[in-house]
Amino acid sequence: MGLAKRIIPCLDVTAGRVVKGVNFVGLRDAGDPVDIARRYDEQGADELTFLDITASSDQRDLILHIIESVASQVFIPLTVGGGVRRVDDVRRLLNAGADKVSINTSAVENPLLVAEASSRYGAQCIVVAIDAKRVPESNPVRWEVFTHGGRKATGLDAIEWGLTMQNRGAGEILLTSMDRDGTRVGFDIELTRNFSRTLQIPVIASGGVGGVEHLAQGVLEGEADAVLAASIFHYGEVTIRQAKEYMAQRGIEVRL
Amino acid sequence: MTSIVVIDYGMGNLRSVSKAIEYVSSASRVQVTDDPSVVRSADRVVFPGQGAMPDCMRELRARGLYEAVVNAAREKPFLGICIGLQMLFDHSEEGNTPGLGILPGRVKRFANDLKDAKGHKLKVPHMGWNAVEQQGPHPLWKGIENHSRFYFVHSFYVQPELASMSVGSSHYPLRFSCAVAKANLFAVQFHPEKSAEAGLQLLANFATWNP
Repeated sequence: MGLAKRIIPCLDVTAGRVVKGVNFVGLRDAGDPVDIARRYDEQGADELTFLDITASSDQRDLILHIIESVASQVFIPLTVGGGVRRVDDVRRLLNAGADKVSINTSAVENPLLVAEASSRYGAQCIVVAIDAKRVPESNPVRWEVFTHGGRKATGLDAIEWGLTMQNRGAGEILLTSMDRDGTRVGFDIELTRNFSRTLQIPVIASGGVGGVEHLAQGVLEGEADAVLAASIFHYGEVTIRQAKEYMAQRGIEVRL
Repeated sequence: MTSIVVIDYGMGNLRSVSKAIEYVSSASRVQVTDDPSVVRSADRVVFPGQGAMPDCMRELRARGLYEAVVNAAREKPFLGICIGLQMLFDHSEEGNTPGLGILPGRVKRFANDLKDAKGHKLKVPHMGWNAVEQQGPHPLWKGIENHSRFYFVHSFYVQPELASMSVGSSHYPLRFSCAVAKANLFAVQFHPEKSAEAGLQLLANFATWNP
């Protein structure tokens, strides 16, 4: 037996509740974060990722309370992202009980943030989230990095950006295909495989999962180290355990 | 009531370690401390660590905790976690750093060109849940099934000089020691505080261990 591929349910949190959007817009309520975290832990989730999608800064501290509650009851790795702008934001999230902090927009806007946070707290707790979108009619195909929840184009090539972040001290990449997010037609396999083959650090595939076969595809074809999904788990269509049993049948090593 | 001290030398979040012990052992008083005198008076000591080993060693010295840690590792139930395992050895490749020299052996980095059986690249850091083979019985393995998975996140691994000291191993893809034991000392590369039931069981075992 060796290292298991990880299944990571993602919880988008705003105003203290878990919500799920479609193509980055249109939010539906999916429940209480602590309840959901406990349920996923019981089902055998390998990690949990919380993305704070709160727009206003006055509600930012809510996520700290949520993480504190979850961390005192759920003993698996917790990643938190959303609105992380300064090294001090990283510190506060780690102190609240996060094991890893995910940085997206601010990694682009503040080139020193990832390097500083990584050298202070260790690469193991710095995840760089990359929202990538296919450049239309590019040949060979390229992907562009978008920030601000997918609203702002950066002009950066996603794979080069991934390498830059690896060199600056990212411990892991959370890679979301904007073309696929919310579509339920499966990961962008080509994007995922390109990242995984190019980078030395683990790659988490995200965006587009509509069924367990997509999770298996992300690992078998996309060569991802971990797969992340939200809606298929939130609405009880499939449990984490069922997803893992399916992946095990497909010959993937998982923690059961 | 047994007092368990988690040594804080300023290298990251120790809350999860203390929370996990509190969760499994209501009979323990858990304290996170950087005070050497508190370490000296504790019944049990947990020595965690994350980040880079050169920084960890420097901070340990800067806070005057070096002696207290060395003594605790010789005298009382002592649990090293992650870098807290690596620092117990003579030397680490990470920054060519001398360790505490409590256990004979060295700390090495995983190679960058590792591949699994299917020819896929194995990433460094080794991050995620790996199976741990128990190399013989130990009170801290009590109630934990052999080959249970624990959560790892590390780029360096220990090579004890004495194979007999290793009480647990994993594969990535080479076999490496991920748990060592000697008398009152037990130390692991994985994170029991993040390893769900298996990890909580190990911490519960530590809280009542009488070596």
